[in-house]
Amino acid sequence: MNRLSVNLCGIELDNPVIPASGTFGYGYEFAEIYDINVLGTFSFKGTTKDPRFGNPTPRIAECTSGMINAVGLQNPGVEKVISSELPKLGKCFFKPVMANVSGFSVEDYAYTCALLDKEPQVGWLEVNISCPNVHGGGMAFGTTPEGAAEVTRAVKAVTTKPVIMKLSPNVTDIVAIAKACEAAGADGISLINTMLGMRIDLRTRKPVIANTMGGFSGPAIFPVALRMVYQVAHAVKIPVIGMGGVSSASDVLEMMMAGATAVEVGAANLVEPTVCRDIIEALPAEMDKYRIGSLAELKLEK
Amino acid sequence: MKDSVFTVASVMRLTENVYRTELTGDTSDITASGQFVNIKIDGLFLRRPISVCDLDGNTLVIIFKVVGKGTEALAAAHPGDTFRVLTGLGNGYDLSRAGNHPLLIGGGVGVPPMYLAAKRLRAQGLPVTVILGFNTSGEIFYADEFASLGCDVRITTVDGSMGTRGFVTDALPEEYSYFYTCGPEPMLKAVYRMTKTPGEFSFEERMGCGFGACMGCSCKTVTGYKRICKDGPVLKKEEILWDK
Repeated sequence: MNRLSVNLCGIELDNPVIPASGTFGYGYEFAEIYDINVLGTFSFKGTTKDPRFGNPTPRIAECTSGMINAVGLQNPGVEKVISSELPKLGKCFFKPVMANVSGFSVEDYAYTCALLDKEPQVGWLEVNISCPNVHGGGMAFGTTPEGAAEVTRAVKAVTTKPVIMKLSPNVTDIVAIAKACEAAGADGISLINTMLGMRIDLRTRKPVIANTMGGFSGPAIFPVALRMVYQVAHAVKIPVIGMGGVSSASDVLEMMMAGATAVEVGAANLVEPTVCRDIIEALPAEMDKYRIGSLAELKLEK
Repeated sequence: MKDSVFTVASVMRLTENVYRTELTGDTSDITASGQFVNIKIDGLFLRRPISVCDLDGNTLVIIFKVVGKGTEALAAAHPGDTFRVLTGLGNGYDLSRAGNHPLLIGGGVGVPPMYLAAKRLRAQGLPVTVILGFNTSGEIFYADEFASLGCDVRITTVDGSMGTRGFVTDALPEEYSYFYTCGPEPMLKAVYRMTKTPGEFSFEERMGCGFGACMGCSCKTVTGYKRICKDGPVLKKEEILWDK
């Protein structure tokens, strides 16, 4: 029996470790350095209906135990993702992959999800209603229960695969939003996206990030993420994917004890490209330390 | 791309705030001049990208200017200290396009990557002209090292304290077949305007990962969007769009 396996919305994962969207490209850069088939799955770069260049540079800033990014959903658009990125992804990853989708209108989300839903390798749709780096969309839908429910309903109406709604921490009541997604038919919830932050360059007296603000991620946000995962997992019945500052096997266990079914790893991939493989290898010994027989047994007791 | 541990062999101060560090480790993934490495420094989150200056067996030479916490920590390293280093990053210069008399143009901390290019071009037996631009004579480094390779070395200083007074573009030779350059963006723009042949430019940008995953360092080019870390840092003259 595989001690690490978990079931995410009806699909068995060899382990709960999932590189988060935007930190793993389409997988092939990492396939140069390790066999990415050791992963549970991964969530590929956020995809929109139309191609996007994203924000001006600098898009990246260093922080204490973390970083800020303001990439702004750069991607070649859903048609190009399907025609050229997914075939390349399919040459180095042989498991169901998680398609991450963003949009600027409810129709955008439905259009992009409907196309990716038809791709055989796509196992789940992770719908990002929480990008802090684009105006007039993304997070706008994720900041109210009504907006989140509207996107959920529209996507569910045109798809067959599990729909996981990715939530923003930059809200007053994340539990209400998670419940609204569940009521609208979501199959799972993932959280948290990055926290809105900024840095100022003392020499220029101007923001480091060209877009002024960006999404703060990395180990510094782990306690905030863990708290929100705990709150949401206790409030909904659908599976929850926990993320935010996860960078070790013990972080994964902590997230699962908070109620996460699976765990995404984000910023850590950018500085330690093998971190997800290292976490998976370290998990059995870490579980032994705390007498955890299997990860499935960590299922939340409510 | 390889992630491995390098050991500091020596640290030498070249000018007031420019340091030369020799590191030993697995250099097998470094193939071209103009590539860079990404160095993990304790206590800092993001790695620090630094250009490859020279390569000799297991020895990697980097030259960097102290501009912040990362480079401060690197400058303070002692022989025997170790760093995790991602190697083999970036495309590097295409030396097969050099022609019969290549020109290398380096400005300030854009000088280091020109060294490995010069060494390899000289090894092919080509005559190489090198223009090294600095603000003032106290900032000059590596002029003798380029001369030892047998390069025709031309120095420019903005204040005229050594060599030609002015910018690298004030010392352009009459004849050259192709050029390779690295330096601050205003210098690169001037080189773009004043050169008469095709050539290659190395760019700098704040990076997240350094290996193409995060899209933190993207720019627009004639041939589409490129990532400075993965599709660059070297762009060919004909593909550059300055309104990035």
